[in-house]
Amino acid sequence: MTPPLLEVHNLRVEFPTRRGILTALDDISFAIGRGEVLGVVGESGAGKSLTGAAIIGLLEPPGRIAGGQILLEGSRIDNLRHAQMRHIRGRQIGAIFQDPLTTLNPLYTVGRQITETIQVHLGLPDAEARRRAIGWLETVGIPAASQRIDAYPHEFSGGMRQRVVIALALCAEPKLVIADEPTTALDVSIQAQIIALLKQLTREKGTAVMLVTHDMGVIAETADRVAVMYAGRIAEIGPVRDVVKDPSHPYTVGLMGSIPDVHTKVERLAQIDGAMPRLNAIPQGCAFNPRCPHAFDHCTRERPDLMPARATQAACWLYGKGARHAV
Amino acid sequence: MPSDAITADAVPVLQADGIARYFDVSRPWLQRTIAREPRRILRAVDGISFSIPRGTTLSLVGESGCGKSTVARVVVGLYPPTDGEVRFEGQPLSSARAQPELRRRMNMIFQDPYASLNPRWRVRDIVAEPIRAFRLARSEGDVTDRVGTLLRQVGLSPADGEKFPHEFSGGQRQRISIARALSSEPDFLVCDEPTSALDVSVQAQILNLMKDLQRRLRLTFLFISHNLAVVRHMSDQLGVMYLGRVVEIGPAETVFRRPRHPYTRMLLEAIPDLAMTGKARTPVAGEVPSPINPPSGCPFHPRCPLANDRCRAERPGPLAADGALVACHAVAEGRDQA
Repeated sequence: MTPPLLEVHNLRVEFPTRRGILTALDDISFAIGRGEVLGVVGESGAGKSLTGAAIIGLLEPPGRIAGGQILLEGSRIDNLRHAQMRHIRGRQIGAIFQDPLTTLNPLYTVGRQITETIQVHLGLPDAEARRRAIGWLETVGIPAASQRIDAYPHEFSGGMRQRVVIALALCAEPKLVIADEPTTALDVSIQAQIIALLKQLTREKGTAVMLVTHDMGVIAETADRVAVMYAGRIAEIGPVRDVVKDPSHPYTVGLMGSIPDVHTKVERLAQIDGAMPRLNAIPQGCAFNPRCPHAFDHCTRERPDLMPARATQAACWLYGKGARHAV
Repeated sequence: MPSDAITADAVPVLQADGIARYFDVSRPWLQRTIAREPRRILRAVDGISFSIPRGTTLSLVGESGCGKSTVARVVVGLYPPTDGEVRFEGQPLSSARAQPELRRRMNMIFQDPYASLNPRWRVRDIVAEPIRAFRLARSEGDVTDRVGTLLRQVGLSPADGEKFPHEFSGGQRQRISIARALSSEPDFLVCDEPTSALDVSVQAQILNLMKDLQRRLRLTFLFISHNLAVVRHMSDQLGVMYLGRVVEIGPAETVFRRPRHPYTRMLLEAIPDLAMTGKARTPVAGEVPSPINPPSGCPFHPRCPLANDRCRAERPGPLAADGALVACHAVAEGRDQA
């Protein structure tokens, strides 16, 4: 049996500080299959972007991987040296970040940036690389690509720039793309265009996507499976329809209820009281227990791991050891 | 209830009459002269009218650059309007500078709770500043009492007044901003994207708090947002802006149930579908043009599926349709029903 495209086993990321070690990601495990779209949602500080950064080896020091393994097609990539990792980044794993203006180098034309990526990773001659770069710009929907290729990033609008970034991420034909909030900086009407484009291209090329976002709507539309993160842990993971329509973990239930729906008007939104704990004050047991309406004494003592809960996997004692409560 | 409020108060709390705000974005005189360029005027807001009855919320939505924040600033008097007039309970705001009493009764909540609170001040001083500025308390003891009450009202404790803003999370900071905004005992609040910097679960807390306070204190809100779902939750009236103009305005439920302007429809269709009906979204072609050089006629025509020669040449005015006001030739001619 061939291994899944990407496997993350018990990943642990730490930040040493003067006041002790902060654990930002604690024992995260998941896998992404070939051509699959995994959505990763959570509130700011939950560790979703950090997971993406750890996978592509772009953790900002002093952050470091303190435990666990990351495997791409069965071989470890978390312990590679910088030079080796550079060959994986771009060629095997592409990345799309939130702000297209900081992703693109303002001093080079977009054509040069795409051509360079193609040459480094695919080793093609100049003319062929340029021809392909124009092809990619056409593919992502940039009008008059053969002229626009010599334009600088500032000459493009926000939506067009994000299209260039997508072309840049896909041009070396990676097997996995990590898209970290790719539409957050864009207006709604542009968001729809970018999501549609990303979906269509990854399906055509069979590229797997790890889509990191705080926008549940984008996930519901795009992802096959979704992982919900809370305080550096995965709270729930499962098929997108089950997580969105029939969540098991009380946090996911609260999160879904707090999203206002444009199609119906309710008098009051469901709210989860309190806020996500800071990294230096994560509660004993289940990190969600102080805010959880269903918490019982066991929740304050032992930390739950992911366990089968109805259609998904949830890290919640409601589904543990014979305690068959339902939310 | 909005309909009662409209009949009960004949004079709306706030009324905007054809307000416009232009910015001169020309290059410096010398450069302009050498390059033989004309002056360049950015029409951020170009003739907008609305009125908000007491105790209700009017929301303005639109994409970035449509001028919604400029409207907010004109309404509270941070920018003087280039044209038109804002009236507060029937009195023109242009005279407000001379009337501190008018100023006291309107306040603003800003988008970024990190930038809008002075990091060097304790929370009690931040909240007390308007009380002191408008001399609303007789003694320092009164100020302390008042600050304590306000902090409790927004779900914080009076002891939090001793802390500095950096000790609070984004949601709590926004609660502090609300306490400050309420400290001058205003009737009218302008909320410029008050939750767009917050996470969804915290957003729900703040939106619920704002609705509770509105009901309890009979506040009137002008709510600025780009998030249609949030707007639906908050509004009695909804105005949709595009390139400095209102393209559709009316009772919120009417506009959400039966959007008429092609831009409103497009915005509603572009929202990701949480209901997972599997219906593919229709991505809209094109982007918002530059407000410095807006298209002729109807500003939306380059992106509009219903545009014809008239739309390209003639600017549509607001026209009653289904209880809302819609600025669209296609709706006026009945072409949108085809």
